[in-house]
Amino acid sequence: MTSTRSGQGHKSTALSHIRICDLTGLLAGAGATRFLAAFGAQVIRVEQPAHEKHRWDFLRGGISPDGTKQGVNFGGNFNNHNVEKLSITLDLKSAEGKALLGRLVAQSDAVTENFSAHVMERLGMGYEWLKAQNEKIVYVANSGFGKAGPYSDFKSVGQVVQPVCGLTFQSGLPDQEPAGWGFAYMDHLGAYMMATAVLGGLVARNRTGEGQYIDFSCTEAGIGLAGPDLLDSTVNGRAMRRPGKPNSNADNWPPMAPHGIYPAAGEDDWVAIAVRDDADWRRLATAVDEGWARDPDLADAATRMARRDEIDQRLAAWTRQHDRARIEALIKDAGVPVAQVARPADRIEHDPRTAAWGLWPEVAHDEIGEVRVEGIPIHMSETDWSITRGAPCLGNDNDYVYGELLGLAADEIADLYARKVI
Amino acid sequence: MTALLSGLRIIELASDRAAYAGKLMGDLGADVIVVEAPGGHASRQFGPFVDDRPDADTCLWWWHYNTSKRSLVLDLGSEDGRDAFRQLARSADVVLEGEDPGVLAGLGVDHVHIRADRPELIWVSVTPNGRRSPELHEPATDLTMLAAGGLVWNCGYDDHGLPPIRPSGGHAHHTASAFAVMGALTAVVHRDLTGVGQHVDVSMIAATNVTTEVSSVDWLYRGATNQRQTGRHASEHKTMGIQVQTGDGGYCSNPLGLTTAGNYQTVIDWLRELGLEDAFGEFFFLPMGVERGGVSLKELGQDVEATEIYRAGREALYLIASKLTTAEFFVQAQQRGIACGAVYAPDEALADAHFRFRDYPVEVEHPELGRSYTYPGLPFTGVQIPTTIRRAPLLGEHTQEILAKLARERASTA
Repeated sequence: MTSTRSGQGHKSTALSHIRICDLTGLLAGAGATRFLAAFGAQVIRVEQPAHEKHRWDFLRGGISPDGTKQGVNFGGNFNNHNVEKLSITLDLKSAEGKALLGRLVAQSDAVTENFSAHVMERLGMGYEWLKAQNEKIVYVANSGFGKAGPYSDFKSVGQVVQPVCGLTFQSGLPDQEPAGWGFAYMDHLGAYMMATAVLGGLVARNRTGEGQYIDFSCTEAGIGLAGPDLLDSTVNGRAMRRPGKPNSNADNWPPMAPHGIYPAAGEDDWVAIAVRDDADWRRLATAVDEGWARDPDLADAATRMARRDEIDQRLAAWTRQHDRARIEALIKDAGVPVAQVARPADRIEHDPRTAAWGLWPEVAHDEIGEVRVEGIPIHMSETDWSITRGAPCLGNDNDYVYGELLGLAADEIADLYARKVI
Repeated sequence: MTALLSGLRIIELASDRAAYAGKLMGDLGADVIVVEAPGGHASRQFGPFVDDRPDADTCLWWWHYNTSKRSLVLDLGSEDGRDAFRQLARSADVVLEGEDPGVLAGLGVDHVHIRADRPELIWVSVTPNGRRSPELHEPATDLTMLAAGGLVWNCGYDDHGLPPIRPSGGHAHHTASAFAVMGALTAVVHRDLTGVGQHVDVSMIAATNVTTEVSSVDWLYRGATNQRQTGRHASEHKTMGIQVQTGDGGYCSNPLGLTTAGNYQTVIDWLRELGLEDAFGEFFFLPMGVERGGVSLKELGQDVEATEIYRAGREALYLIASKLTTAEFFVQAQQRGIACGAVYAPDEALADAHFRFRDYPVEVEHPELGRSYTYPGLPFTGVQIPTTIRRAPLLGEHTQEILAKLARERASTA
């Protein structure tokens, strides 16, 4: 099922034989199909028609980077999450719309959606219906709480998933309220798990010839990320909520001391330092070169762990005197793990590691113009990713999909527009 | 039932960087053989330990990240060990490793050597900076990668006198491992069609960089630098708090605020049911929220009345929350249509009725200890999704059976 769409540059061929009928939105869903599109899958976003205002992907609309234009095609996050995809409009609530979706499903390898848990059933488009359109379809659903269970209808966004699964709890300092996450981490991880389910479904289909339905629960994925501490609770009976916990910057498996985020001289400047073992400590102590650091008792990891608060205070008093770049250079030269707490500009504009990777490719968007987006953190030696096209404008590919793919005549497509089916 | 990834053989060189990737594929049914050096991989000493007694076979870090794998001890320092590894790698669909660049090449067992006569093999390498960076060998840990990769900048408190926060749990590893799995399976789908394998180079620092949501995009798109705020999205401009404290001292997150007319009616009804109408001095704002059809977030700070109504709605939630437990406030708010999340500790979530109803926690047998323990299960449901996982292997538990099979295969092809 190779794309014949014209006007595309180099494309990865890893998944170019795969077509995704993509009903996802936001990041938790769109982030999954983004990865597949970057590796060449033909991802067709199915979106509400233009007259269905306010029912599009919440991220779709926005303001142009220069602030002069706005509209349904100007969302910066939407552009990032939907590079290399196609867009069609379709009223899924109409009988005709449903029939057209069925024809697209018949020609697709996978269907993806992250609606609230029971939307597909309410639309009459549950797995049984999808399977009737295409017996080999791989259907992956992604919701906050999964399709079954007492919370399945609960409203869910990243800042609901993260508190409930325990990730918010695990981000904070002792005796403070939860700091939580300053972004929707589980939208990302959920997207990665969703892509994994799609790919796993395709691998299984290659082997068995059969499609399947996989339901993914984002909160469950989040709970599992607490593994060793969870087992400390279920095996050793040590509740995670206890005095002194969490202490996120210090906590680590394996335990390390010192291990934390320390203030540098500049305004809101910070450095992360991790001393893995006694050898690291000797090198750090030499680099710091102050009397307290030469205390021979601190050469031992268990002693450093017992005296970590004291060490943290001493080390912070030292780091506070120096510029963050100088601290990083000095400690890196000593061979000890260290990093500045990077601001967006630091890591995007000035980090040779991300630059060498080609991590911030520029795409061409039909209305926004040239704009940089995120790349992919893996490189494949034979069929590497390609990201050159920005997100599709709403309904950009109606002619290709309804005409070329589904075989409708131009006047039939015009009629669908006139009757607001597409 | 055939498991989703059954039939795939993964040879994993034990590492902390890629262990989660091997676990995910093993839990989904792949045959994952984790190769350890004599004495066991270092992560068997990470802790915590069963009954706090350090032992290679009772490390809970190892237990969690190595479920559904088999353990094979090989000494890659010996020619015999390297031979066995080569033969094993050639029998695999995917090799997964997290060695520093150059280590395996020095031993003659890297992807270049082994893929040379087996081009269909897929080889996934997970390293801090990937292999395109000028800096291949700088020391790094989860903490320093999350700091350099931009995650830490976004997390913390309104009070910037407190340090930014790196959420604990090993998320640089989780993120990179997720991409390792996606890369491996993408390569398998391609190989199934073409017979061609490849090398998959995973950069942990790149993985973290692209896992910061709006932080990257707001900079790339419009040059905005978001600032950390307590419990909510980092933002270019300060936004209102979303965490409410509950009567038991816990917290709930109310990320979407009260925006619809229905939300305001709900809060009115809720206050009345709890007998709190008179206790809430700003009650009169709430019917105004109903009458004006709710409050759009765009009006906040722009329209004085709308802002006051919204603020009063939040105050009403604070009052209600103070009378309820975390679990009560969470469930009752959601049942009333208000987006809300209880700030559970992970073990509290694991024990919650919803997740137990879904059989998410699984009992994992530990015959060597004569009992079973509760583990987090798979976040997927489906006919080919396993409903159980196997405990992590003891050190070298499967060495004999795997080497014996290799010997038979060698004999049969000799």
